Amino acid sequence: MKFAVIVFPGSNCDRDMYFAAKDQLGEEADLVWYKEANLANYDAILLPGGFSYGDYLRSGAIASTSNVVEQIRQAAEAGKPVLGVCNGFQILLEMGLLPGAMLPNEKLKFMCHYETLNVENADTIFTKHYEQQEKIEIPIAHGDGNYFCDEETLQQLRENNQIVFTYEENPNGSVGNIAGIVNEKGNVLGMMPHPERAVEALLGHDDGLRLFQSILTNWREQHAINA
Amino acid sequence: MPSMLEISPEMIEEQRVYADMGLTDEEYTSVRSILGRRPNYTEIGLFSVMWSEHCSYKNSKPLLKKFPTEGAHVLQGPGEGAGIIDIGDEQAVVFKIESHNHPSAVEPYQGAATGVGGILRDVFSMGARPIALLNSLRFGSLQQPRVKYLFEEVVRGIAGYGNCVGVPTVGGEVQFDDAYNGNPLVNAMCVGLIEHKDIQKGIAAGVGNTVMYVGAKTGRDGIHGATFASEELSEASEEKRPSVQVGDPFMEKLLIEACLDVIQHDALVGIQDMGAAGLTSSASEMASKAGTGMTMNLDLIPQREQNMSAYEMMLSESQERMLLVVEKGREDEIASVFRKYNLEAVAVGEVTDNKRFRLEHHGDVVADVPVDSLAEDAPVYHQPSRIPDYYQSFQRMENYLPSVTDYRETLLDLLKQPTIASKEWVYDQYDSMVQTNTVITPGSDAAVLRVRGTKKALAMTTDCNSRYIYVDPEVGGKIAVAEAARNIVCSGGRPLGITDGLNFGSPENPEIFWQMEKSVEGMSEACRELETPVIGGNVSLYNESFGGKAIYPTPVVGMVGLIDDVEHITTSHAKKAGDLLYVIGESKPEFGGSELQGVLEGGHFGQAPVLDLQTEAIRQKQLLTAIRSGLVESAHDIAEGGLSVALAEMLFHDELGCEVTLSGELVSELFAETQSRFLVTVNPAHQQAFEQAVTDARAIGTVTDDGIYRIRQKEVVLEEKTSVLKEAWKGAIACLVKSKV
Amino acid sequence: MRKVKIHITLKEGVLDPQGKAVQNSLKSLEYNNVQEVRVGKYMEVLVEDTENIEAQIDQMCDQLLANPVIENYSYTIEEAV
Repeated sequence: MKFAVIVFPGSNCDRDMYFAAKDQLGEEADLVWYKEANLANYDAILLPGGFSYGDYLRSGAIASTSNVVEQIRQAAEAGKPVLGVCNGFQILLEMGLLPGAMLPNEKLKFMCHYETLNVENADTIFTKHYEQQEKIEIPIAHGDGNYFCDEETLQQLRENNQIVFTYEENPNGSVGNIAGIVNEKGNVLGMMPHPERAVEALLGHDDGLRLFQSILTNWREQHAINA
Repeated sequence: MPSMLEISPEMIEEQRVYADMGLTDEEYTSVRSILGRRPNYTEIGLFSVMWSEHCSYKNSKPLLKKFPTEGAHVLQGPGEGAGIIDIGDEQAVVFKIESHNHPSAVEPYQGAATGVGGILRDVFSMGARPIALLNSLRFGSLQQPRVKYLFEEVVRGIAGYGNCVGVPTVGGEVQFDDAYNGNPLVNAMCVGLIEHKDIQKGIAAGVGNTVMYVGAKTGRDGIHGATFASEELSEASEEKRPSVQVGDPFMEKLLIEACLDVIQHDALVGIQDMGAAGLTSSASEMASKAGTGMTMNLDLIPQREQNMSAYEMMLSESQERMLLVVEKGREDEIASVFRKYNLEAVAVGEVTDNKRFRLEHHGDVVADVPVDSLAEDAPVYHQPSRIPDYYQSFQRMENYLPSVTDYRETLLDLLKQPTIASKEWVYDQYDSMVQTNTVITPGSDAAVLRVRGTKKALAMTTDCNSRYIYVDPEVGGKIAVAEAARNIVCSGGRPLGITDGLNFGSPENPEIFWQMEKSVEGMSEACRELETPVIGGNVSLYNESFGGKAIYPTPVVGMVGLIDDVEHITTSHAKKAGDLLYVIGESKPEFGGSELQGVLEGGHFGQAPVLDLQTEAIRQKQLLTAIRSGLVESAHDIAEGGLSVALAEMLFHDELGCEVTLSGELVSELFAETQSRFLVTVNPAHQQAFEQAVTDARAIGTVTDDGIYRIRQKEVVLEEKTSVLKEAWKGAIACLVKSKV
Repeated sequence: MRKVKIHITLKEGVLDPQGKAVQNSLKSLEYNNVQEVRVGKYMEVLVEDTENIEAQIDQMCDQLLANPVIENYSYTIEEAV
């Protein structure tokens, strides 16, 4: 399987994402500079964390206007897995591929530590290897991670099982304790916590690795069917 | 023409304009004789910044020579952007600490942020990828609203910059003391990783080669920052606000990636960042180091503001700028590397063979001076030194013995002291994990990062207990180095070397100069004994607040150690019930400069704890050997607050308990800050082997799982739930910050 | 040339932690009559005159400058020298 990690000016978790896919998952991965992207040959798109364009204006806003965005949209429409983590999630929101918006953390401070997440939907292509309602340890590192959407959207997210991860203890004020959501089709996941930082026991926890394994398992199943 | 408006050479001399720029009469005379004529406004500006303490070390040079700077593994000692030490496998570690005290006192967010930016550039300009940031901070009492503001904003500034550029902030230290009320210290350290083949130098070699400018445009910010950093803070400093630079971490991130690309390009000859004294220091130092000269056309400098004078451009400290020297005719190859990152690299000058530094602006030659006179010929001052009265009276005092009746209350008080209390409020704001190499995050003795693709890891720490240095600069200087080394050893590493951040008051005060002298001597001796050469650093003088009260002498030690195998990585928290607790080293009734003395007496006096460097070295070696042999479950140095505090800190992580029996005089056993001591836990299966390996170890009890911290001397003398102790320790800083004054 | 002065504000009902913090510190300075603070953004955009300048500004705001999920915008257009 071949992963594209999109690198925007100011992305800074791109290499972490790359190492997670390449070294820990053991699949092919490329760092793809946003200007030079040709995403047709990739099986999954990873939008890494960081501060694209310095988070100026709004987190993710400027990146969401770049040319590569059209290709990301096409990949999503084609049903390829698209994972946006932290700033990647913010970009997906600004692109409108996922509903809602990000506000500054309730306490107005950047925070970085492990959080316990509840797997609310273990039936997505990103969460197959988790148990429903399993508690997993994944770190957060963000200043604007306070997920916001209106009541109606929240209702829809709940009805469609689009809420994939919630925080056990809400660190940032997110509506409904939301840590990660998928689109209706289930192939675009945005999440504030960093699964790519939790793929090796040496660094603390490896609960995040199963997210990447889920993507791979799903791709293999699809691939087997298509073949 | 702007030059028409400038003050004439005659006026500079007659009205002593140079004095406002920080030059003395003698220094002016010496510039005049170097040039053989009166310097013009731009030229005297160049000399004023290059001859400032910040750039020339004119007051500290004689002291810095005392540091041992060589060692088998040192690839680059002091003199370049940062020092480099070999770590095997054709890899090396690059590190340096730098202060940004004065800017942070005036505008704490930007002061701290640009401090981080500057130290990053020092490291990546060597060709290294920055892998970690640390810091060493000093503030006054958190009871004061201004101090609280400075503390919050400095932390936010460090976070704002470091988090954005994607370099993890993995460790540091914060000390609070009234001595820093008007003058906080903000020292930032950066550690980078490099392949030997990628090591760069900041040289302007090859006559005819092109000088290129990259990065942010030049504005009027920070003009005279270097001289500003070399003056005492006064009420007028508040008015100097416009001179504080503003950082753009996004630009820095682009520069990091672009520069790490460009060093792979064979058209690159030299690269240096524009730090203090901006274009002047980077350009003149690059030429001086290469034995060449340089000419620049200032019309070509990318400018952010209109009508900038030559003086303003040369002295601007606008951030996020680099100067490159590239092979003639290959400018576009270099420019295209930067273009990828939407950065412009512009040719602004040429390397010449006449050893002159020549600047043109609007068709006029606005400066033409011998380049070595800027970079090399600054005067060196041997300041007089005098033993301060306070020190002599401290030495004559009888040994200070605190009176403690309630051990439990005293322990709780100590745990709540902001210097001891958990720094989680601070480090939670730092991204400590980005780059996914951080094995030990902030909160243990040292931070540890693995070296990806190898079995190796790097341990790193910053340390300086300035109270000991105030009480006895020589002993305190030794302790600072030894303590840093203890932290590295406790993490499983072998100390490799140090970078020093020397923060003092005015060197023109003989008593302060004596503090500098003695602490440097103490540090040097410890560095020799512990085999940790000094590979670079920074001097920040004139740290005096309103009314001329100097800070505590604060020579910060930044140390990096090598862990041969990630298997050896050890943390400070106890792992499981049943493990044996050992103390390495005996306690003595030593309380001068201790945390307990501060709590009970509201100040520090008497004699610093004794440090025997040979004992220190032996214990460190023995403990490290034991750790590497897998005999140690956890290790922690005994520092502020003594054994009782170290023990509590060791239990907090998993809220374990302990059953400890102490013999001997209890106040010293519990609270003395006797040096060269460690607290370790050992699996009972390794008891014998451990006792053989570490000769000064003595068993004091076991780790328990009942969550009760219990100490006996026959009867129970101190008992409390670990959770209660932890709460006091964990919440203290957040509580002080939130409380209304 | 025209100078467009754009105000971007958070929509009613969207939590504004920054505004809350400012409000609290104004309260602690004893401005007891302060009822609410909402923090927004202000931008100045210098543009060459075109036809349908308002339509263009609307488009800029919708596309980039404001996030319609959480923000409203308003602007004034002035003659610029």
